[in-house]
Amino acid sequence: MTPDTAMPEDGPTLVQIRDLHFSRGSKRIFRGLSVDIPRGKVTTILGPSGTGKTTLLKMIGGQLRASKGSIIVDGLEVGKLKRGQLYELRKRMGMLFQSGALLTDLSVFENVAYPLREHTDMPEALISHLVLMRLHAVGLRGARDLSPAELSGGMARRAALARALVFDPMMIMYDEPFTGQDPISMGVLLELISTVNTALGLTSLMVSHDLEEAMSISDYLVIISAGVVVETGSPDELRASTSEWVQQFLQGRPDGPVPFQAAAPNYETELLGESSASR
Amino acid sequence: MSDFLQRFGRFWLGTVERLGRATLFLAQLMGGVFSLIKRPSLLWKQLHASGVMTLSIVLVSGLFVGMVLALQAFNTLIDFGQENRVGSLVALTLVRELGPVVTGLLFAGRAGSAMTAEIGLMKATEQLSGLEMMAVDPFKRVFAPRFLAGVIALPMLAAMFSAIGVLGGHLIGVEVLGVDKGAYWSLMQNSVSFTSDVCNGLIKGLVFGFVVSWIAIFEGADCIPTSEGVSSATTRTVVYSSLAILGLDFLLTAVMF
Repeated sequence: MTPDTAMPEDGPTLVQIRDLHFSRGSKRIFRGLSVDIPRGKVTTILGPSGTGKTTLLKMIGGQLRASKGSIIVDGLEVGKLKRGQLYELRKRMGMLFQSGALLTDLSVFENVAYPLREHTDMPEALISHLVLMRLHAVGLRGARDLSPAELSGGMARRAALARALVFDPMMIMYDEPFTGQDPISMGVLLELISTVNTALGLTSLMVSHDLEEAMSISDYLVIISAGVVVETGSPDELRASTSEWVQQFLQGRPDGPVPFQAAAPNYETELLGESSASR
Repeated sequence: MSDFLQRFGRFWLGTVERLGRATLFLAQLMGGVFSLIKRPSLLWKQLHASGVMTLSIVLVSGLFVGMVLALQAFNTLIDFGQENRVGSLVALTLVRELGPVVTGLLFAGRAGSAMTAEIGLMKATEQLSGLEMMAVDPFKRVFAPRFLAGVIALPMLAAMFSAIGVLGGHLIGVEVLGVDKGAYWSLMQNSVSFTSDVCNGLIKGLVFGFVVSWIAIFEGADCIPTSEGVSSATTRTVVYSSLAILGLDFLLTAVMF
C-alpha cells in the first residue's frame, strides 16, 4: 500500500486529506500528508507523541488552517469555508476532547442540552427527553444534576460523548479517549464508541496511543510520523506489516527508525570539546 | 551591541504584533456585543458577576477614602478658616478623580483578574475549543457579555464609590469634626456641576471600564494555556489595566477640566 495516497478499502470517503502542510513556528508538523477517512467506519490515527494527531483533528474541524493542501469533509473544503458555513459543518461533527471540555458552570444535564438550546427552538419537554435519552445511552442519567467537577475522568468523557451525540452528528472525533482511564472506564468507553458508531451509523475518527484498545474496535488504522502517513490498513494488515517502523511502533521498541535519542550534536565532541574531533 | 539591537527590535516587533492582535480581537468583540440584544440573560449574569460582586469592596473603599479626604481637607482648610468647604473638596476630588480612578483600579484587581483567570482556564481546559466545535462563537457567548458588563458596571460602581465617599466625608467632617451640616451640603451643591464634574467623571468610568474589560478578556483569550500562562496573564491584566487607567486619567483630565 502506498502510504501517502492511502485509500480505504471499501465504502465512500467522508474525509479526504490531500498534500497537507502545516507548521508551528519553525517546526513542520505535516509535510504533504494525504489520507482518506472512510464513511461509517471507526478509523484510528496512531503515531508517536508530538506527530500532530490532535492537530490533525483540529484541522479537520476547521480550528486550524493548513498552509498548503486541502481537507474535504463530506464534499466541503474546510479551509475555504466562510465562518457561517464552517459552523454549519461543525453542527454535523462532534468532538470529544481529551479533558471532556465540559462547561464547568453548568450541570451535566445543561451541558448536554447546551447545543440544543444554542441552535434550536425546541420546547423544554423535547430537550429534556433528548438529553435524558443520550445520558441514559452513556449510563449517566443518574448523574444529570452533578457538576463537571463532581465527575470522574471517565464520567466526564461519557458526559462529553452524550453532548457530542445530542445533535445527531454524521461523524465524531475522539482525541485520546482512553488516556488515564482505569480498566473499567476504558472498557465502558470502548463499548460506547463501538456501539454508538454502529447504532447511530456514524463515522468515528479517533486519535490514540492505546494500541491494543484502538486496534480492538477500529476498522481502519492510519499511522503517521514525521508529518506523513507511514502505513495504513486494517488491524490484521498492520500486524502483518514488514515495515520496520510499524513493527517498532506496535511492539513499543525504544530504538529503531524512531531513534531513542533526540537529534543532538556529536556526543564525544559535546563532552570533550572540539579538540577530540581533531585527534 | 548587535545583540542588544536584536533584542530591542524583537521586543518592539512583538509588542506591535500583540497590539495588532488585540485590536483585531476588539473588532470581533464589538461584533459580538450586538448579538446580546437577542440574549440579554447572558449580560445580566455577567453584570452580577463583575458588577454586583465588586460592589462591597467598592463601597467599603469609597467610605474610607471619603473619610480620609475629609480628615485631610479639614486639617488643611482650618488653617485658612475655610473648614466649611470640606464638602466641596471631598465631592470634587471624588467625582472628578478618585471615584473613577480608584474604582477602576479596584475593578481591575477584583473583576478584571477574575475575567482573565476564568477565560484563561476555559482555554486551558479546552472549553473554548469545545464551544467552537459545537458551532458556538465564544465571542458572542463568552467574551462579549463579559466585556459589555464591564463597560456598564464600572461607571455605575464609580458613581456609588463617589456617593458613599461623600457620606464618609460627612461622617468625619460633620459628625466628628463639627463642620456645619448646612455648609457641607450647600457649598458642595454650589461647587459641583452635574455636566462638567459628575458627567465627566462617569465618562472616565466608561472609558476605564472599556479598557479594563478589553485588556482582561484579551489577556485571558491570548494566554498560553498552562497554569503558568494563566497566572502571567492575570498579572498582566492588573498591571496593564492599572497603568492604562492612570495614563488615560491624565489625558482625560487634560481634555475635560
